[in-house]
Amino acid sequence: MVGRIVLLGKSRARKHDGRFPGSKSCTKTRVHAMHIFANPNRFLGIARPLTPWLGWGGALLVAIAAVSGLALTPPDYLQGESVRIMYVHVPAAWLGMGGWSGIAVASLMQLVWRHPLAAVAARAIAAPGAMFTAICLATGSIWGRPTWGTWWEWDGRLTSMLVLFFLYLAYIALAGAGDDRGGNSRIAAIFGLIGAVNIPIIHYSVQWWRTLHQGQSITIQGSTIDGSILWPLPIGVLGFSFLFGAIVLMRMRALLAEARTEARLKRMAEA
Amino acid sequence: MNHWPFIIAAYAIALGGTGAVTLWSYIVMRRAEARADAVTKRR
Repeated sequence: MVGRIVLLGKSRARKHDGRFPGSKSCTKTRVHAMHIFANPNRFLGIARPLTPWLGWGGALLVAIAAVSGLALTPPDYLQGESVRIMYVHVPAAWLGMGGWSGIAVASLMQLVWRHPLAAVAARAIAAPGAMFTAICLATGSIWGRPTWGTWWEWDGRLTSMLVLFFLYLAYIALAGAGDDRGGNSRIAAIFGLIGAVNIPIIHYSVQWWRTLHQGQSITIQGSTIDGSILWPLPIGVLGFSFLFGAIVLMRMRALLAEARTEARLKRMAEA
Repeated sequence: MNHWPFIIAAYAIALGGTGAVTLWSYIVMRRAEARADAVTKRR
């Protein structure tokens, strides 16, 4: 499946490589910018040096955030020491939701513009997205026991996040099934777009259903969390995001390498 | 209630899970790229 994508990618990249016909149009310029990375070789030229930077940079930032969160910040006046779980729980929640947003964007690019790497990117995002959603659910549950007195509550935020985890599992199964059939996994892409409906539901769940989970503490306008407790959080978010990026790039590289092997073996068998 | 066992468990899951998936992705990538290179060299 991916082998076909790679070959299509080369031809499409050649077609759009700096010579896009009628490039006066704004839309065509955007499409052209998008297809700059359609050539897998050009993509790999950027991904190969970027992967270790993201991986080691992310590991370093996560280590700083973890040490700061465990040892340097004061306990919360209400939650006590358990507030320290926030430094791993919040990045995991954002990346779980961000991952599906990435799948939705990649699915749109696959379905509308037939971008050759879009399906590969969406498949690569699914596993780390599912993992961070699972981490969010597990760490939230662990935080809930000493804070709320319960491991689980069928609250709007918790339930919609659990739905997101199941959506990830379904997406992974669908993308795998599309791969087995040798198709281009259009069904998985459509599912990726439809599943994005759950993202605003998660976001607004604390406003629509006021149950146990607290409302938004961090908005564009500012934060209700005191600065002495808040400061390691952006470091942790950045670090986990870098690691997420490194995992996605590694998985994309693996998928492209598998496609190259498959295409080569097929050519050798035909010769 | 002592919160520290809960905090340690949460960090172990988060850091352990992220580390495990990162390592797994790296191993899968290296194997796939090594196989692709070997097949390309085989003429």
